[in-house]
Amino acid sequence: MATITPTKAPRDASLATPGWVRWANDHRKWLLAAPAMIFVAALIVIPLVWTGYLSLTDTEGSVRADSEFVGIQNYLDVLSDFDRFWPAVGRTAAFTIVALLFEVVLGMAIALLLWRPFKGQKWVRVAILMPLVATPVAVGMMWRLIFDPNIGLANQALGWVGIAPQPWLSGQYTALPTTIFIDVWQWTPMVVLILLAGLTSLSDEPQEAARIDGASTWQRFRHVTLPLLMPTVIVAVLLRGIDALKTFDILYATKGRGGGSFHEVETLNVYAYGLSFDYNEYGVSSTVLILFFLIIIGSMWALTARRKEAKR
Amino acid sequence: MRRQSIIGASLAVAVAMSLSACGGDSGGESNTVRVTLANHVWTENVKQALPAFEKETGLKVEITQLGEDQLSDQYNVKLNAGSSDIDVMMYRPLQEGKLFAKNKYLTDLTDQVAANKDWDFSDFQSGPAEATTYEGKPVGVPIITEQEVLYYRKDLLEKAGLSGPPKTLDELKAAATKIKEAEPGVAGFVARTGKSAAVTQFSSFLYSFGGDFVDSAGKATVNSDAAKQAYAYYGGLIKDTGPANVSTDMGWPEAMAIFTQGQAAFYTEANSLYKNATDPAKSKVSDQVGFAPFPAGPAGSKPYSIPSWALGINDNSENKANAWKFIEWATGKDQTLVQQKSGVPGARSSVWANPEGTSTFPKDMVAAIEASTQGGVGHDRPVVVKVPESREIVGQPIVDAITGKDAAASADTANTAFQKFLDDEAK
Repeated sequence: MATITPTKAPRDASLATPGWVRWANDHRKWLLAAPAMIFVAALIVIPLVWTGYLSLTDTEGSVRADSEFVGIQNYLDVLSDFDRFWPAVGRTAAFTIVALLFEVVLGMAIALLLWRPFKGQKWVRVAILMPLVATPVAVGMMWRLIFDPNIGLANQALGWVGIAPQPWLSGQYTALPTTIFIDVWQWTPMVVLILLAGLTSLSDEPQEAARIDGASTWQRFRHVTLPLLMPTVIVAVLLRGIDALKTFDILYATKGRGGGSFHEVETLNVYAYGLSFDYNEYGVSSTVLILFFLIIIGSMWALTARRKEAKR
Repeated sequence: MRRQSIIGASLAVAVAMSLSACGGDSGGESNTVRVTLANHVWTENVKQALPAFEKETGLKVEITQLGEDQLSDQYNVKLNAGSSDIDVMMYRPLQEGKLFAKNKYLTDLTDQVAANKDWDFSDFQSGPAEATTYEGKPVGVPIITEQEVLYYRKDLLEKAGLSGPPKTLDELKAAATKIKEAEPGVAGFVARTGKSAAVTQFSSFLYSFGGDFVDSAGKATVNSDAAKQAYAYYGGLIKDTGPANVSTDMGWPEAMAIFTQGQAAFYTEANSLYKNATDPAKSKVSDQVGFAPFPAGPAGSKPYSIPSWALGINDNSENKANAWKFIEWATGKDQTLVQQKSGVPGARSSVWANPEGTSTFPKDMVAAIEASTQGGVGHDRPVVVKVPESREIVGQPIVDAITGKDAAASADTANTAFQKFLDDEAK
């Protein structure tokens, strides 16, 4: 009985509290969410809206300089630019798709190998995850030295087996594949990590059932493991895909500004960087960034739709 | 009760946080001068001499030191935002000078340069002083000057039976070809190959063939006969006598590395970088490096002769008086002499006239500089506002020539693009 408190007391207390506390109490769901909302607004929404606004102006030289509102003129210019913009879109797509393909296939293979316990597994796992913890710029510098056409290790190694030296990063047509290789080298471990987590959470029963039914190793992988793992694969593709689309550090560290003398590794991100930091064309640069943002959102949306389908 | 007190407490915290966020330093005149400098021998010398300056003036100097590209990015971000936390800035008059002055990032220094007779602004060479002047007003003080010279390997020349460095571009080509054939694994000639990076070092070739980026009427002329010959010569020389598998991304660090690793006989580059080739810690061939004036082309020997770096004051700085004190000291006669004795060519005539001012330079370097300042051209890249974009346009034929494409056709394309660029900028 003593635990039942009279209902009258709090009411009295609330009458005694000052008005702002009562107001705060009435609006507490907004109030408590406010810090997070202010944070999101200040760091995400405002810059995005500002970029959107800049993309509709002819701002150049300095963002504080006088500029005119030009409507969608920048968008028309950029979308009809077949010298820089569309090739950059193509390179971004090629880079992402090819890198992602290798990373997922290799990552899956490595994850399956690491799935079952074996002697020295701990060390193998650590070794495989090494590239992941290195900074991309350092990785870029390292590979740049290895792939140097004259004094690099790669061409020396080719020389030992009698193959002529290759231009690697310095070739007009070999630069992009080489940077894709570097990306695969660095980021496959992340895919391994995600897939391994997915594999470990799978239950053994479906595997055993398939084994009893006489399914071969490949059949078990193709028809049991893979479908069960699909949601995880899509998470890996999603995370890695967005990252690959936005790759900048490796490209900048290996080829510098503008993606090389022929813009051979100039992706959208590198192009937008050049537009703002080399050309000071802030209006056009914002346009490219907004378009790039839409491309990323579009691919994310397509992938999550797939994921929902796979989950069903 | 409890819920209310929690809300009250969190409100108080939120208010406190927002108040503290509004705080921050009030700025204004202070004894701390914030100086942003590029990675350069000049900067290292300043850092060494700084304690004496701080002791004398009671000021404290905070130096931020960055690579060239990072420095540009830093200025783009901070100056664009109107930041006041840079007081003194080291900048490249020919690369960013026009842009910065047009954006009003640089303080008008008219009064400051006239204030101190002993410091003597008229002592600065006219070319460099002109490059740091915008619309008739000085906005910077030149600190480092440079000319393009020919670096060469004495031992390789001797081995090839050549009595001295080539005096003309034809001789250079013949000598480079001869050495390339005689010495397996050694290139006859190396120079910058990156589309943008190569433009400045290509400019001397362009002038010596009788061309320029624009004519006196302001029209693009990178497809003149002289320009086409210069593109074909520069690109061809690298293609035929340069390193095998030559990269088309080389700036000075990469090209210099090939030369200092002993893998090239000739190298055309800015003289201000010569320490990299003669310092035994950085160069395998330090005792074999010679310097010669830029070889003459059909129009004579016409290397660029320019101020590569200058100091200016951020127009948003709230500490301009002390910022000027730093500049006055760093660009004074004493410091310029110290700098020059350590191998950094300055812009003061009196220091060049002083025998002590050239005492530490290699003898052949002094001769090469003297020759260059006489016939030199005052710019090494198109004189425009958007320099990086223009460099990419006029640099394309260089890269095309190196990779064996038709340099003349590429020059025509580049000229059309460059003219359009000039028209846009004139609007």
